[in-house]
Amino acid sequence: MLDYAWLIPLFPLVGVLVNGLLGRWLGRRVVAALASLAVAASFVAALVMLVELLGLDPESRSHVVPLYRWIVSGDFQVEARLLIDPLSIVMALVVTGVSALIHIYSAAYMHGEQYYERYFTWLNLFVLMMLILVLGDSFVTLYVGWEGVGLSSFLLIGYWFQREAPAKAARKAFLVNRVGDLGFALGIMLIFATFGSVTYADVLPAALSGLMTPGTATAIALLLLAGAVAKSAQFPLHVWLPDAMEGPTPVSALIHAATMVTAGVYMIARVHPLFEASASALSWVLWIGGLTAFFAATVAVVQRDLKRILAYSTISQLGYMFLALGAGAYGAAIFHLMTHAFFKALLFLCAGAVMHALDGELDIFKMGGLRQKMRWTFMTTLAGVLALSGVPLFSGFFSKEAILAGVYAQAGLLPWLLGLVTAGITAFYSFRLLFVVFYGRSRGERRRAEAAHDPSALMLVPLILLAVLAIVGGYLGLPHVLGLGNAIEAFLEPVFAGTTLTGHAAASSVIEWLMIAAAVVVVAAGAGLAYWLYLAREGLAARLTKGAEGVHNLLFNAYHVDTVYTTIVVEPLRSVGRALSETVEVMGVDRAADGLAELVGALGTGVRRLQTGLVRNYALGMLAGVVLLLGYFLARILIGW
Amino acid sequence: MEMVVFAVLAGVAVLAGLGVVAQRNVVHSALFLLVNFACLAGLYILLNAQFLAVVQIIVYATAIVVLFLFVVMLLGMEHARETPDLRPYHAIAGAALGALLLGGVVWAFVASPAAAAIEPGIVSDVREIGAALLTDFSVPFELVSVVLLVALIGAIVLAKTRLQ
Amino acid sequence: MVPGEYYLILSAALFVTGAVGVLVRRNPLVVFMSVEMMLNAVNLTLVTYARVWDDVAGRVFVLLVMAVAAAEVAIGLAIIVALARHGISADVDEANLLKG
Repeated sequence: MLDYAWLIPLFPLVGVLVNGLLGRWLGRRVVAALASLAVAASFVAALVMLVELLGLDPESRSHVVPLYRWIVSGDFQVEARLLIDPLSIVMALVVTGVSALIHIYSAAYMHGEQYYERYFTWLNLFVLMMLILVLGDSFVTLYVGWEGVGLSSFLLIGYWFQREAPAKAARKAFLVNRVGDLGFALGIMLIFATFGSVTYADVLPAALSGLMTPGTATAIALLLLAGAVAKSAQFPLHVWLPDAMEGPTPVSALIHAATMVTAGVYMIARVHPLFEASASALSWVLWIGGLTAFFAATVAVVQRDLKRILAYSTISQLGYMFLALGAGAYGAAIFHLMTHAFFKALLFLCAGAVMHALDGELDIFKMGGLRQKMRWTFMTTLAGVLALSGVPLFSGFFSKEAILAGVYAQAGLLPWLLGLVTAGITAFYSFRLLFVVFYGRSRGERRRAEAAHDPSALMLVPLILLAVLAIVGGYLGLPHVLGLGNAIEAFLEPVFAGTTLTGHAAASSVIEWLMIAAAVVVVAAGAGLAYWLYLAREGLAARLTKGAEGVHNLLFNAYHVDTVYTTIVVEPLRSVGRALSETVEVMGVDRAADGLAELVGALGTGVRRLQTGLVRNYALGMLAGVVLLLGYFLARILIGW
Repeated sequence: MEMVVFAVLAGVAVLAGLGVVAQRNVVHSALFLLVNFACLAGLYILLNAQFLAVVQIIVYATAIVVLFLFVVMLLGMEHARETPDLRPYHAIAGAALGALLLGGVVWAFVASPAAAAIEPGIVSDVREIGAALLTDFSVPFELVSVVLLVALIGAIVLAKTRLQ
Repeated sequence: MVPGEYYLILSAALFVTGAVGVLVRRNPLVVFMSVEMMLNAVNLTLVTYARVWDDVAGRVFVLLVMAVAAAEVAIGLAIIVALARHGISADVDEANLLKG
């Protein structure tokens, strides 16, 4: 049965082809149904594969499905093959599962938009590329998926390409990703140069065998990390993700929260031996992740735009996953990736429902009091907020605990503290969002606020399903200290078995209980602070903002990273471009082209005189030619040329 | 005897040729052309090509020259006088190149070993040409008929008064 | 007995006469007559060589040349008539609309 794994990417491919080529003539209902069914079928196929895998021994749960020979060029050979193992199947399930729900939601959300079939084609294309990314068995297929999801992300951010902001945001996302992709591509080339292969099965076991010099190992790991940092929106290449919110909200939910941005996490988890082979690469991952988690969480605290809050929250949570990867807690990172996919997709879809109800309003301070009018949306958002904050018994709690435990065990106190503080801030901004949007009185236009209502069933069903997942998803990975067994980490164990990092789960149970208690206290403190500032003492937050305007501005502008980039990268490049276009282009290229044209023109003007229009002149020319030819032949005979 | 006939015919032909070129009156030119063609027909007989001589008289000397005369009458060009030549270099260059060409060709013919003396003997002219035309040269023969048809249509199209 | 060269020299003389006529004269009809004369000069060469080498191909060729010449005369005269309709009857140099 595992040999039929090619069915998983086949369904979205069919969806892309049919909707892309015939979508215009199929009608909207058919297009949406087809796209959703394709992804749902893909999900079912992945589910079947999961059942098959569970039926095997843990050690033999890795299966390669050959498709065809793709590239043959001398020593460089790439087979197109699918790798089915616990890691890839978990990723495939998350991708197809969340995607299927978001496709259904989109069918209603995008109702009335132009380019409906184009939207679903691109969405299916995204799923296809993401599946290639996670199911491929070599760095080259990984790269194909990597660029493919980048392309579909670009297309979908710029879905409203007639407006300036989305078009610019799409370009920004693409260009920032290019920076990382350059490193990623170089890393893959270096891997081929070092190992002579690009297949995981050849490279990963060889990575720890001492084949590489320490310098090469670090170079490879850091180049790959550059790609991961850009794709997963980690500092300093995180700037594209907040702007990517210009795309349709379901796209933000699917691509820029649940799946594509986790590609970097998946990649590092997949190739972890390469990172472990280097002495310093993992600490880079750890500190980039930790600092990004903290920094993005503080920015999210002061944002007013609903989707921007969620975007910075996504960056922060991805930082959390990097923190876990850096600490060698790969299983915890993938676990958090999964729960995060559930609750963050849920939160974005809820945001979409709120925006729909309020005619596209995004400023949370113009909302308020939506609790009664949108009961279902409120309840699902509540589930998402509880999970994101890490309130005990909700999914985020378990995955965050797993990460914090792993970080403490492997990396020590300081990164753990960073994670803990971030958890508190996360709780604060999540509850701030909840309180400001759903509680209090309405601060927006009254007519709009009164018309607010829950979305249609087609949008509600995905919300409710995701809410259920956000609540129960965490029970797949219970903390060790409960002694009930951690299902997901056990399932992923064979993939990460080769890790050389020791000290896993070394903490005693007392310390683990203490850590859980500390996390609960911090979360409670964050939530309480949000309650005090935004519900109990209304207006206090505004006064505080005014009092600490400098800090507020710094946070609101995300530490001015964009401004710095504009000043030191964008503007200089622009002036170089302007200089080139005004001098080299005009004086050099244009001049050369014009000069060539003028030269030909002058030649033509000269030669034109031969064309007198007089028959006798032509006859004269012919006669002269005849005489010359005759002279030539005679000369040949006489002189013997 | 033969030499005398040749000399007379050749001399008349050259003089008539010069007349064609030099005469101001177009009708006179056409008549000189007729003389020239007739002389050539005579030379063909000397060269034992009797059939071609007859065809030369029928096609050139009658059909073509008559056609020329028709056009002259039709257009009333008997007395059309040429305006002074604005580009006299044509005449000078033409004469110079003509002299060079004549010298070169004559030299080439004389130097050519192929130009041996003509052997006596009578060839059955018509039979031979007819056989060749319908065997080895049947394709060009058929093509010529197409050429003539096309020329027929082309002449009609060109000469037709344009209908507005 | 006339040597073959004589015929050839005669044809060369006729050919050059025609060529000079084409260049010197401007009356379209005379130019055209000169062209016919050049064709005849070539015909004479062909007949001569057919006789010298005793080959029928030369004579067949002359026949074909005559047919083509007839076609050419039909077309050429039609052009001259068309030119005359546009007022060009005495000077080919007046027809110079195609100059560059």
